[in-house]
Amino acid sequence: MSFIHPIKRLFLFEIARGLALTFFYMFKRKVTLNYPYEKGSLSPRFRGEHALRRYPNGEERCIACKLCEAICPAQAITIEAEPREDGSRRTTRYDIDMVKCIYCGLCQEACPVDAIVEGPNFEFATETHEELLFTKERLLANGDRWESEIAANLAADAKYR
Amino acid sequence: MSNFITDYFLPWLWIVAKIVAIIVPLLIAVAYLTYAERKVMAAMQLRKGPNVTGPFGLLQPMADGIKLLGKETIIPTGSSKGLFIMAPMLTFFLALSAWAVIPFQAGMVLADINVGILYLFAISSLSVYGVIIAGWASNSKYAFLGGLRSAAQMVSYEVSIGLVIVTVLLCTGSLNLSAIVEAQRDGWFAFGILFPMFIVFFISALAETNRHPFDLPEGESELVGGFNTEYSSMTFALFFLGEYANMILLSAMTSILFLGGWLSPIPALDFIPGIIWFFAKIALCLFVFLWVRATLPRYRYDQLMRIGWRFFLPLSLLWVVLTAGYLIYFDRLPH
Repeated sequence: MSFIHPIKRLFLFEIARGLALTFFYMFKRKVTLNYPYEKGSLSPRFRGEHALRRYPNGEERCIACKLCEAICPAQAITIEAEPREDGSRRTTRYDIDMVKCIYCGLCQEACPVDAIVEGPNFEFATETHEELLFTKERLLANGDRWESEIAANLAADAKYR
Repeated sequence: MSNFITDYFLPWLWIVAKIVAIIVPLLIAVAYLTYAERKVMAAMQLRKGPNVTGPFGLLQPMADGIKLLGKETIIPTGSSKGLFIMAPMLTFFLALSAWAVIPFQAGMVLADINVGILYLFAISSLSVYGVIIAGWASNSKYAFLGGLRSAAQMVSYEVSIGLVIVTVLLCTGSLNLSAIVEAQRDGWFAFGILFPMFIVFFISALAETNRHPFDLPEGESELVGGFNTEYSSMTFALFFLGEYANMILLSAMTSILFLGGWLSPIPALDFIPGIIWFFAKIALCLFVFLWVRATLPRYRYDQLMRIGWRFFLPLSLLWVVLTAGYLIYFDRLPH
């Protein structure tokens, strides 16, 4: 042992073994996903871009309880509310500053009516800061666009809650 | 007047044409060496590497180059401006000028001087100035420490490179690079008594070009970017080109000194032009450069110095004596 070690070092034994390893790795199958063309799978609990959902009859779910605004640790949500003509209390303003948002998911946990949810979309990079200041219209549009995926994810996760 | 044209101008034009014929392919080779590096490293790490820009990502080096040129050259306020701009130019200039004496094939050399190996050695010793001037002129502690490290490293390994070259010269009896290649017709030096020197030379070449596992001057994790921390745009690109041109140069030196330059490995393959063998050997050496980079972690600075001074220097000194003794005992001295 005492004289094997220096001999191994002199003949670069370990280095040759390391080189052999990397050489054979060169011919192994690559694990890269060609991202824009291939995508990894996402959990139903994935927390991506926010969306405001509607009931099947088109009525928006949000009842302006402001629980999400209260719980938001980054204080990214701003809500203003007024009674509508039919007497129902609804939001007049529902803004999320997506730059402040830390995607913790507490807003969707706090929501009693499953109105604000974080959908599976994460590809909403923009060129300007302003485009990331989401308004109520944008959030509702997100909800309309991703409703089928969001509903499927909520249903898939429901039994664990 | 016609005397002037035939005696002076036309030969001058011919030399310029030869220089262009060497430098343009060299720069393209440098560009594609960066591509090869990314591809080889990616393959060894189970990735794919650049594959989007053009077929198989082949246009990636061009895209990178255009991006670098489109950037702003930032010259730090506290820097010594003249030296700051001169350093990358010096590095690049030296990396290219060494190619003047490299023989690509029998007789195919720009300057067939009889002190070719000495010239190469001098040029590669000078290239330390580019690095140390960059480190000094940047007026930044990271660049300064990187420059110091680099200077110490290059000087240390040049000593053993020098002794390794002496062993080769003992076997060839000539400083002319073409003669060194011709002396290997009976057997490449890499597979004879000089085999350990081949390994020592290659490892020293890694250290000399500041490549992994001896890339301490750059040392991203502790020195930000080393001597080129403050450089941007074209000045950075020149350092980058210089470094990769140096890699190709040291590979060319390895193949000339030990792997028989343009000679084919077996006589049956003599019909393939020598220049192709030469390029194949350079490519093989470059592959090992990249291979080592993908395999080994960076050495600590004291380990680097220990290998250089306490291992390579005595070993190469011993081998000078051994080679000389062998040549005299078996009466193999070149005449």
